[in-house]
Amino acid sequence: MERQLICISCPIGCRLQASWTDETDITIEGNQCPRGEIYGREEVLAPKRVVTATCMTAGSPMGTEVRRVSVKTDAPLPKEHIDSLLDTLYSMKIPLPVETGQVLLANIGGTGVNLVATRSM
Amino acid sequence: MTEKKYDSVIIGGGSAGMAAACRIAEAGYSCAIVERETALGGILNQCIHNGFGLHHFKEELTGPEYAERFIQAVKDKGLDVYLETTVMDIEDTGSMKSFYGYSSVYGLLHFSCRSIVLAMGCRERNRGNIGTPGTRPSGIFTAGLAQRLVNIDGYIPGKKIVIVGSGDIGLIMARRMTWVGTEVLGVVEIQPYPAGLTRNIVQCLTDFNIPLHLSHVVSKIWGKERVEGVRVSPVGTEEGGNRASFDLDCDTLLLSVGLVPDNEISKKAGVDLNPETGGALVDSRLMTSVEGIFACGNVLHVHDLVDFVTEESQRCGEAVCHYLKGVAPGRQYRTVSGANVKYVLPNMYNPDGDNRFYLRPLVVKNGAELVVKIEGREVIRKKLRHVQPSEMVSFTLDREEIPSLESSRGNTLETGIL
Repeated sequence: MERQLICISCPIGCRLQASWTDETDITIEGNQCPRGEIYGREEVLAPKRVVTATCMTAGSPMGTEVRRVSVKTDAPLPKEHIDSLLDTLYSMKIPLPVETGQVLLANIGGTGVNLVATRSM
Repeated sequence: MTEKKYDSVIIGGGSAGMAAACRIAEAGYSCAIVERETALGGILNQCIHNGFGLHHFKEELTGPEYAERFIQAVKDKGLDVYLETTVMDIEDTGSMKSFYGYSSVYGLLHFSCRSIVLAMGCRERNRGNIGTPGTRPSGIFTAGLAQRLVNIDGYIPGKKIVIVGSGDIGLIMARRMTWVGTEVLGVVEIQPYPAGLTRNIVQCLTDFNIPLHLSHVVSKIWGKERVEGVRVSPVGTEEGGNRASFDLDCDTLLLSVGLVPDNEISKKAGVDLNPETGGALVDSRLMTSVEGIFACGNVLHVHDLVDFVTEESQRCGEAVCHYLKGVAPGRQYRTVSGANVKYVLPNMYNPDGDNRFYLRPLVVKNGAELVVKIEGREVIRKKLRHVQPSEMVSFTLDREEIPSLESSRGNTLETGIL
């Protein structure tokens, strides 16, 4: 099997050539750094993405400025978990104060990836 | 009215203003930041996606995380920060500069200072700038405004979205709008190639099967109260010439059609602008045509990476310190853009110091060469793996690389890409 990929690990965007006969033996060519090899392998086996969004904050009194706290997954999340994560995080209300790096949702769907705040408020 | 006196005042508390202010404060000068928003951080606060800081911090951060590191530094250095304060005019540009800050928090403030750093950033081009025909309904937003509404204020501006322009903001918004549950019908790009980074095409469009219409424009908008649809037409190029126009039913149009430095205050202060960048003309110290007024970041020229804004602004802060100390370069000569270069900054170089340049290529090319000449003599020739207009090129010219120059000549430095 062969697949053409574009690495998304950094802005250079290397064009990768992935080839394999069975999934335990994937060869990646065209990468300029080790991250490309990891990305290519994962993209073939189980694609992952970092998810960023914003959540509501709890306790903002009516009439005051609406404030949302920005969040991210602390590692790339397997794609099939993204939709349910988005549903969950849009229904969350984060109590203030919150610190950057604070875990808001631990071990999303058993993946070991956490949702963390990216802004202190 | 309250009187405030500083060695230096920075107008704008985004990435540029904070980086410059920290350098000035580190050297022991009194320094303040004036910011019209309710928080420091500028545009970074709404850029909640990741990909910032790979150069400067050697790690991948989101916009708010990148901003927070500098906000913390501003706090640690005890800098005075005036939030929710707007500067309208610089009144006096003599050796002691003065201007007013209008604030709902502090009332009217009168600032006096020996130097000013312009760090107001840029603003978005809008429908008027690209001249799209049609009705004038609600539902037409610039992409950055929509980004702010969604990410900070929590409003979703529509249900069925068409995006004009494939710059990175447009691409990032295509993903963001999909992730908040709206339908993105397509991205329309006038050029035959995408304006944004390839990785953003992959992770923002391909991942969601969002079509990218290259060599196309939105040629008509209709709808009375609200946008009801747009016509997408091919432009007269080889790629687009034979195709037919088509209509998309949408209620929202997001425009990601470029940024322009926000120089209203600079113009009124008499600062000379560069038509190629929309920012100030600056000498080797990033000082504008008005003595003691400096500029850095997106108000000087639009950057594609915040890391370069930080680097440039730290240098600007250092230059302000030299100025306050009374140190000035003995001689400076002009820089000009040569082959395939839209602009090169700064507009002057100092042959007795180390110089850092930023240039914007006009071409897409693999295996290009950067060639720098002074009076026709080659001083730098360097391989560049890949150049394209959306990626700024930077290089350094050290004192040792500059040959001895005769003061009777122009000694113009020309930068080209071959």
